[in-house]
Amino acid sequence: MKFSIQINEGPYQHQASDTAYQFAKAALASGHEIFRVFFYHDGVNNATKLAVPPQDDRDIPKLWSELSKENDLDLVVCIAAAQRRGMMDADEAKRQGFEDNNMNEGFRISGLGQLIEAGIESDRLLVFGA
Amino acid sequence: MAIKKFMYVNRKAPYGTVYALESLEVVLIGAAFDQDVSLAFIGDGVYELTKGQDTKAIGQKNFSPVYSALGDYEVTKIYIEKESLEERGLTLDDLQHLIWEDEDDDYAEKDSIRLVSRAELADVMAEQDICLSF
Repeated sequence: MKFSIQINEGPYQHQASDTAYQFAKAALASGHEIFRVFFYHDGVNNATKLAVPPQDDRDIPKLWSELSKENDLDLVVCIAAAQRRGMMDADEAKRQGFEDNNMNEGFRISGLGQLIEAGIESDRLLVFGA
Repeated sequence: MAIKKFMYVNRKAPYGTVYALESLEVVLIGAAFDQDVSLAFIGDGVYELTKGQDTKAIGQKNFSPVYSALGDYEVTKIYIEKESLEERGLTLDDLQHLIWEDEDDDYAEKDSIRLVSRAELADVMAEQDICLSF
């Protein structure tokens, strides 16, 4: 089956991202396809490359980044939600006149249309959090 | 591309958290995709449509006027859960009167709001391809 995933909450504060990650991993292991993972609301914070969790804890942003690399996962961060919360990739940072960006490898910034498209293109759209 | 039934389920008060505002942003963008769209307001979500909102004292933007533009975006099916209104001491008179203009009927103004019971809304939800909850 072709799934898409929407994540509405940031890492650690809420279990949404953990659960979505476990689901994505299990679905891929079972031979299903993940069309897209869309990060919305505080979920955009899962894309940070600046998180430094304690060593004995999971590194949620890194887990997503690695899963994306291993499976060519499309991780999309909503631009409107990201701009409000100070999450930006190199291009967007440059456009806004910032020297630095804070987006992890494997994530990309795009618009809400990508969420709607994911709903249209996938057999199921699963919403985690909120 | 096949048309799917999208329902946006609004469950939160308009202020206090950003869910209501960011839900509305998805609805407006999603309207460009020519899908079968409906909105549901349940629980504290019914407060999103209350009339006369004034946010001056909390320093936030009052985005409630945007709901009245939904008809122009061809979002014409707005389900309000009856029990949620009653539980909060509200009636339809406390909510904005949302309408749309029917091109096929000489631009007649028609009501967008559909007052439904919890059980009826469950049936409508069961018919959807996609329910996005906020």
